Amino acid sequence: MEFDTSIFFEALTSPAYLEGVQITIALTVVAMVFGLILGLVVALLRGSANRVLRGIAWTYIWIFRALPSLLLLFLVWDGLPQLVPALKGDWFSAFIAASVALSINEGAYAAEIIRGGLLSVDEGQRLAARALGLSPTKVFSKVIAPQMIRVTIPPLSNDFVSMLKLTSLASVISLQELLARSHSAVSTTFKFAEYYAAAAVYYLVLVSVFMVVQAQIERRFVWMSQGSSGLSRVQRVRQFATIR
Amino acid sequence: MTQQPPVGHLLDEALLGEPVASTAGGADEFVLEAVGLHKRYGHNEVLRGVTFGVQRGDVKAVLGPSGSGKSTMLRCLALLEPVESGELVPLPERVLARERREIGMVFQRFNLFPHLTALGNVMIGLTEVRDRDRKEARTIAQSMLARVGLAERERFFPSELSGGQQQRVAIARALVMNPKVMLFDEPTSALDPELVGEVLAVMEELAREGMTMVVVTHEVGFAKRVADRVIMMDAGSIIEDAPPDEFFGNPRQERTRKFLEAVD
Repeated sequence: MEFDTSIFFEALTSPAYLEGVQITIALTVVAMVFGLILGLVVALLRGSANRVLRGIAWTYIWIFRALPSLLLLFLVWDGLPQLVPALKGDWFSAFIAASVALSINEGAYAAEIIRGGLLSVDEGQRLAARALGLSPTKVFSKVIAPQMIRVTIPPLSNDFVSMLKLTSLASVISLQELLARSHSAVSTTFKFAEYYAAAAVYYLVLVSVFMVVQAQIERRFVWMSQGSSGLSRVQRVRQFATIR
Repeated sequence: MTQQPPVGHLLDEALLGEPVASTAGGADEFVLEAVGLHKRYGHNEVLRGVTFGVQRGDVKAVLGPSGSGKSTMLRCLALLEPVESGELVPLPERVLARERREIGMVFQRFNLFPHLTALGNVMIGLTEVRDRDRKEARTIAQSMLARVGLAERERFFPSELSGGQQQRVAIARALVMNPKVMLFDEPTSALDPELVGEVLAVMEELAREGMTMVVVTHEVGFAKRVADRVIMMDAGSIIEDAPPDEFFGNPRQERTRKFLEAVD
């Protein structure tokens, strides 16, 4: 077997990789934040009483769930500046293009997850909140949203993990994220296993850290007086999985 | 009958402010009035011209088979649903939100907010609608929970409470808003039989203290004991409206007679 561990460790600790990881994290967070905002808006539009608004939301989901992420990246990076000359400037970086493409993509998925979350909240909740005299905004923010968030955490966490990996596609539009860094290292050294393994370790670590974060968030949404401390982890997960 | 919780004085002026609910004000004052309400869902006409008034201090029980329009009438009275025609004119949502706080509503399925503790459920109306600060709201909510016999349960979430306890929290949640009238939509229908008593005990105390109430119910005993008038609804109309003695002793409508036989 030919595996030079010193090259592997060198790659792991190299500034190039660390920079790549930072770009990967930044792109994931930016794309998820804007994707969730888009998704919430689209999900609310889908539930609107207005036919036109519902139609717009439906069309958005229809188109952007159908397009492959890679195609969307090319469309935004290469296609869009051709149509909109203002985007030909230097400021339209690969990072911005990737953020736009992945946010639009995530928005379509998140919209369906959030719509499911909204549907899962019992109609009686809205009724009781309105009966108390809560304004429409507060009915949503104080009563509907917390219950919606609870059921959408697991599927949206899944999306987050997917996004972390989808960012690697942006290497094809010259974004110097983690995978692009390992590519360029490989192309000059031909040490495939060492450099790609180092990248794999980073992805593994990133996803593991996120899993811990997810568990912390889920814990805050366990509505039990004894806190979750009295429960084993399995019980907690079970309680969380029970959707009212 | 199982042991019932001690029920304290519910309509405390010092706690809730001016007693809008009691008979202290002018008698004969209508708290709620609906004239000729019509309501349909698609082709299904649920209310066919319901005229219904509630005066200060009234306790009205509403009986009738399922599908007769009782719950719909209550929701229209609570301004939760627009009507097609009649005196309760549909108003824009924002205006309605202000009016609704004057009306307390208790639901068959409790509809407590599962993400809030018992205390949080009672506080939310005070902090988010009445603009009370949290400390003050907490004191009021704690006191009200104690009065419905749930002082020990304030930190519990709805999923950890029995049906009867949940419904008592729901009553407390509506009461702290100091409503002019309390509407109950089959408050004991979703409860196990042994838990019905504790909820009825709170409602009886409320009636005794002069709260204006409309109660849609199947509890004939409660209607006999507590109501000033009993109303029979059938097929979207009010077909009988009489004091309990008359209603149960000598109903005028054949339909009422048959319904009472079936319920007994």
